[in-house]
Amino acid sequence: MTSKKTRRFEDVRPGEALPELAIPITVPLIAGGAIATRDYFPGHHDAEAARALGSPHIFMNILTTSGLVQRYAESWAGPGARFGALKIKLGAPNYPGDTMTFSGEVSVCDADRRSVEITLKGKNSMGNHVTGTVALVLP
Amino acid sequence: MAEQDWMSEVRAMVGREYGRVCAWDEVNAPMIRQWCEMMGVDNPLYTDAAYAASTEYGAIVSPPAMLQAWCLEGLHPNNYPPGSTTENPYEVLRLLESHGFKSVVAVNSDLSFERYVKVGERLYYTTRLDAVGEEKTTALGTGFFVTLIMSFFSEKPTGDEKVGELLFRVFKFRPANVQAAEAPKVEMVQKIKRPKPGVSDDTRFFWDGVAAGKLLIQRCKSCGTLRHPPGPVCVKCHSFEWDTVEASGAGSIHSFVVMHYPEVPPFDHPNPVGLIELDEGVRLVAGLVGAKRNEIAIGQRVQVEFQSFDDGELTLPLFRPVAP
Repeated sequence: MTSKKTRRFEDVRPGEALPELAIPITVPLIAGGAIATRDYFPGHHDAEAARALGSPHIFMNILTTSGLVQRYAESWAGPGARFGALKIKLGAPNYPGDTMTFSGEVSVCDADRRSVEITLKGKNSMGNHVTGTVALVLP
Repeated sequence: MAEQDWMSEVRAMVGREYGRVCAWDEVNAPMIRQWCEMMGVDNPLYTDAAYAASTEYGAIVSPPAMLQAWCLEGLHPNNYPPGSTTENPYEVLRLLESHGFKSVVAVNSDLSFERYVKVGERLYYTTRLDAVGEEKTTALGTGFFVTLIMSFFSEKPTGDEKVGELLFRVFKFRPANVQAAEAPKVEMVQKIKRPKPGVSDDTRFFWDGVAAGKLLIQRCKSCGTLRHPPGPVCVKCHSFEWDTVEASGAGSIHSFVVMHYPEVPPFDHPNPVGLIELDEGVRLVAGLVGAKRNEIAIGQRVQVEFQSFDDGELTLPLFRPVAP
């Protein structure tokens, strides 16, 4: 069982800001995240291969970014929230040594479906690594 | 611009549908647990069987963001499980590769979910090549945005059920700069610095003044007219003789712009920039700091302050709203 509470639809207002979440970007997170998502593209775990592709170091794969976005939205909403959509666009790459800080706000509340949309971004030292939206159905 | 003739082959592929690509493994708890460990996801719905049993699913489900991962081929490229199509849903990428667009980067991942999938379900997806854009040049290089739409299904004896969809867009490109393999190891990410002004013999006095905490304005020695931006000759009397006066730094916003898009690091976002009319009578363009949105208005009084950036490499005059 979990002691964590899930936000109820009635408790959420459009414009409400989510607390920021800072995620240190490390070699284990990038390489481990790629393997955990079954992505063996060399640029995500082999620094030499990444450099040959024009990158200074290994870079995070998009499936890990999606996973971190899920974590950010879910850690705010609680375990009973249900994802309807998770849509992201990538910008600046995540390289080891950087920090990505998520911020977001509730952009839409749909009372008929008890659904909220969160608009979020994950920013690193080079700009936005990810921007996107998450649709959640709340109890 | 006319396209290369081989592009007609690429264009002809758009709209093509490709058969199923199966998952190597059924949805299973160990792979889910490892995914949650890496991502830092702590929802017990994915890892705690007792908690999951108490939910509407009655069993552990896959984290929704894991949907695509179930059907990836793994270590060996294009090694799909038995039952998968023998066509290559990514043939368009191979074709672009054969014409020199060798690099690829994922740009969009739009997942939508019909329902969550439980441990024990077996997934597959079908693919439609949705679009190939015009040739574009980005910071990475020159190439094409390719959009694929994948529909994910769960195999059921009574008829397969659609569980979700993924719009996946990649940029297939020829890299603009390939780093040498022996390039120095990058230990830390290079922080993006503020662009520095171009300093000439005409403008050096201004930037030297700023570095010393003074806002210096050029003055004609013959007729006393102030001018900014700096230049070699007085626009009024055409004299080449000049000196400077130190401005008080007080002024008002004559005009302004607030940059919202694109978000350009390392500047503030949004980024307000003012055309400041100094009390001495000349105008200059400078960043606005500490300004609430309602304070950024024509006529708003401002005062200069000098801020140091990038470990003292650069000092800039910026303007902060003050009470009238």
